[in-house]
Parts: sequence; C-alpha cells; structure tokens
Amino acid sequence: MEALLSGLIGLLFAAALYQMLSGHFLRFLLGLVMISNAATLSVFVAGRLTLGQSPLIPKGADAPLVEVANALPQALVLTAIVIGLGLFAFTLFLAIRAFRRLGHLNANSALPGLRPRKETHS
Amino acid sequence: MSLVMLPILIAFTAAIACFLTRRTGLDRFISVIASAAHTVVSIQLLIAVAGGQIVVTQLGDWPAPFGITMVADGLSAAMTLITGITGLAVSIYSLSDLGRRTCFSGFHALFHLLLAGVTGAFLTGDLFNLYVWFEVMLIASFGLLVLNKRPGTLRGAMPYVALNLLSTIFFLTAVGMLYGLTGSLNMAHLRVTLDTMEPSLTLSWISVLLLLAFGIKSAVFPLFFWLPAAYHTPAFSVSAVFAGLLTKVGVYALIRVFTLILPLDPLLADIVLWCAIGTMVIGVLGAAAQTDVRQILSFHIVSQIGYMVLGLALGTRLALVGAIFYLIHHIIVKANLFLIAGAIHRIAGHTELKAIGGLYHARPVLAVLFLIPAFSLAGFPPLSGFWAKYILIQASLDLQNWIAAGAALVVGLLTIYSMTKIWGEAFWKPHPDGPGGLDHRPIPTPYILAIGGLALLTVCIGLFPAPFFAFAEQAAADLIDPTRYIQAVLGGGA
Repeated sequence: MEALLSGLIGLLFAAALYQMLSGHFLRFLLGLVMISNAATLSVFVAGRLTLGQSPLIPKGADAPLVEVANALPQALVLTAIVIGLGLFAFTLFLAIRAFRRLGHLNANSALPGLRPRKETHS
Repeated sequence: MSLVMLPILIAFTAAIACFLTRRTGLDRFISVIASAAHTVVSIQLLIAVAGGQIVVTQLGDWPAPFGITMVADGLSAAMTLITGITGLAVSIYSLSDLGRRTCFSGFHALFHLLLAGVTGAFLTGDLFNLYVWFEVMLIASFGLLVLNKRPGTLRGAMPYVALNLLSTIFFLTAVGMLYGLTGSLNMAHLRVTLDTMEPSLTLSWISVLLLLAFGIKSAVFPLFFWLPAAYHTPAFSVSAVFAGLLTKVGVYALIRVFTLILPLDPLLADIVLWCAIGTMVIGVLGAAAQTDVRQILSFHIVSQIGYMVLGLALGTRLALVGAIFYLIHHIIVKANLFLIAGAIHRIAGHTELKAIGGLYHARPVLAVLFLIPAFSLAGFPPLSGFWAKYILIQASLDLQNWIAAGAALVVGLLTIYSMTKIWGEAFWKPHPDGPGGLDHRPIPTPYILAIGGLALLTVCIGLFPAPFFAFAEQAAADLIDPTRYIQAVLGGGA
C-alpha cells in the first residue's frame, strides 16, 4: 500500500511540475493543487498506514490494545489541507483579478518590466 | 502565561482588535501600542535569555517531544526583539504614510498577523509548527501585497505568490520525509534521533529539499527573482516590513535547521558557499543596473542575504557570530532605508532617480538620516554594517577562503556605488522640475520618529558593538553545540 501511494506521489509531483513550467498561470494553479496534494499525501504515507484500525483507546485503558492507525499524520494533513485550501483560494482570486486587469494570464508577459499589451481599468 | 508565548499572543490579539476597529480609526493607535508591548515583552525575554537561560514552554503541558515546544535561545530572542522594534517603527511610520482607505482594508490587522507569523517562526521548536507559522506569515504578506490596487502590484504579486507557495510545499514534503524517517517533529528530538543514524541518501535529499525551500524564502541566488519583482510595488510601510523581516525568516530557518537538525555536510556546505557568493555578487550588480530607489534597495536585500548565508556556509563559530550580527544589523538598516524611500517619495513625488533631486538643500535632516543607514549598509566604520562585514571577512580569512573574503570586500565597494548613486541623484543634483517639484510641507513627525529611532539604533550598535558581539557569540556557541538547547527542551534525561 505504501509503495503504491509513493508511486502515486511521484506521478503527481511529475505532472504538477510539468504543468507549472508551462508558462500559463492557470496551468500553474492546476499544478499547484496537484503538488500540494502530493506533499500532503507524502506526509500521510510517512506516518505508515494501518488499515481498518481507528486510533481509539478503549475505556479504562491507558494505551490502545492493538496496533492502530497513526493519528498524528492525520492531524498534520488536516492542518496542511486547510491551509492549502485558504492559500489556493487567495491565489485563484489573484488570478481572476489579474485576468480582469491584464486581459491575459500568460506568465511570461506578466513579469515585471514587460508592459502588458492592454490595460483595462476596472 | 509564559514569556515565550506573550509576543505571539500580543500580535494575534492586536490583529483581531485592529480588524474589529478598522473603520473607526482606532486601529492605528492599537497597532502602535501593541507593537510597543511586543517590543517590551521581547526585551524581557532577551534579558532572561542573556542571563544564560533557554526559555522553554511545552504547550498544553504535553512533554517534549510529543507536544509542541516553544523555545527562545539567543538567536530566537534577538530576532523576536528585532521583529518588535521593526514593527514599532513601521506602525509609527504608517500613522502618516497610509490613507484611511488602506486602513479600512485591514492593513493593521494583516500587519500584526504578519508579526505573529514571524515571531512564531522565530520561537517555535517544532518543525511542523514552523511550517504553520510560515503559512500564517505568507497569507498575511499576500494580503498586504495586494492592498495597493495598482496594476504593477499584481504583476509583482504573481511571481511572489507562486514561488513562495512552491517553497512551503517543498518544506512540507521535507517535513513529511523527515517524519517518516525519524518519527519525530520536535527539532531537539530530531537532532538526538538523527545523531544515532548513519548518513544516508534520503537524509541528503531532505537537506536539499529544505535548502531549496528556505533558499526561495530567503531569496538566495539563483532563487531570488520573485523579490525584486514584488518589493517595490506595495505601500512604503508594507515594503519596509517585508524588506526588514520576511527574507530574514528564511535565513533564520536556514541557520536553525542546518545547525540544529541537519548540520551541513562538506558537499552541501560548498554548494551553499557558492550560492552565497553568487547571491552577494548578482544582487549588487542587479542593484547597480536599477534606477528606482526601491528597486536598488530590493536588489541590495538579495546581496546582503548572501553575507548571512556565507556565515552559515563557513560554519565556524566566528562566521555564525558574523551571520547573527549581520541579521540584526541588516533588519534595522534595510527597514529604515525603505522608510526613507517613502519619505523621498512624499517630498520629491517619485522614487525614480531621474525624476527627483534637490533633497539635500530642501531637507538636510533627511539627508543625514539617509546617510547613516546607507553608510552602514555599505560597511563604513564605525556603523553597524562595518562590524558585521568585518567579522564575516575575518571568519573567511581564518579559513583561508580568499574568494569569499574577496567577494565580501568587492561587494561592499559596489554597495557604496549604489548608495552614492541614490545620494547623488536624489539628494545632491537639483530637482528636474526646479524647487517647485518638491513638497515644501514639513516632514511628518512619525516619519522622523521612526527613521530617526532606527538610525539611532544603527549608530548605537556601531559605537558600542561589544555587548552585541558578546551576545551573538553566546548565541553562536549554542548553535554550534546544541547540547544546552536539547537539554532545555527534552530535559536532563535525554
């Protein structure tokens, strides 16, 4: 299971980097979603996977009786997902505003020093 | 409540209070008071740490390495205090700099959120927690960056946002891999665990990922392009706090991680060394080609980052002393220069060197206040930058690293060139529109207070470097040999 997920993470990283290097901001955003998913998945897998055993401690015991799933990476992943969602929403907003302002999302002409072809006032 | 958490709590509370009062105009005063409180608390923390103590709090009373630990050693405490001082100067300055509209959009709330993120990053002793603080800082900085609604801002913001997001994702991946390898996230515990492990390819890859992540954050060559693209666009108060603090969090993370958790192996140290030299040289050359005050200063941030990273790459005790001294000196000086750029803009109407001039005759006080940080940046004795550069060059000479020492000296000379360019164009030559092109109203008092206060601090460090040096030496000793740090966090049994 770990090996399978690790392969998937590698695939996601590769696809994400390919998208990010394409020079279009929208594709960059797609790549960003994928790469952040790859990163969260890798944190998740790093905690090792235990199938079908929720990390619950029975009443009266101090520690779980059987081998249970690692709860820490789940908490970390949850944090990372929430943060990632917020940042992605912001980036999407930025892209929309940039599109309205610049009329395009081509990263190469959005670089500083190069004037955009047309500027519309909003 | 523990002293370590107070600066963060103050900043967070201030952020909420400022957000609630943003339409009343009260927020600017809350902002100043909160920054002052942040500074006072940080001074207390620094005094506690300077007494030889490492202040540790285990959040929620979970013992390390299971809970989240907040730690203040010498480096962290010094950086926290500098954050407070920069915050105070900028919040005073912003009283006159920002219009009501920018305050309406929540400048002060975002500003204190940023301070909370920066302080948290300096004080945390947990790697995943560091990631969270980075994100807090990042989202606040995104907000601050786009408060200004000019189209140039968006063009600068896009590479800034893109590369910084990428850097945090690299960081997260590295954290995940490190956790998978060791089962721990507590920095002190990570060191203890990693000390028992053989060096492996996985560890090298983790080092490289972390290097890449913090390298983007701290704008090290060849990863710095987002910085000059973004830093000249936002409001002056914003760019001052960015210039002072943001990249330095990256440098702090580099120093912390690569001394405490994963000491650099010789190959990586060589790579970092060459990146540092590249950063110094390319940054200063980039600055020489610019004609806008803020763009010149932005490239100089890159160049100066090189010096700090050089200290880390050399890795000796003296080199780390130099890096810490440089961090402290640089934040004050660079924030101040950006504040002065704002004053120049207000008086002369622009920051483009071709369009301004005549400031020396019109505003001799501002001219003197400019010279202090400018000369300090270039490393004139007896200002703070001289001592910082002196220690670093001495450290490179001790290692007989002539290239590093030579690069540091030449870059210092080229820095003088850029500073004289600003001096000659903005202050010395007459204004292209004649005296009528200047705003003859007096400089607002908050400007003078903020700029003068920071300049005074620069002079103080320059004239009395001994206590700062002694403090930096203690901090560097703790970095080289983290036994004290580890014992403070994990307790004597570890």
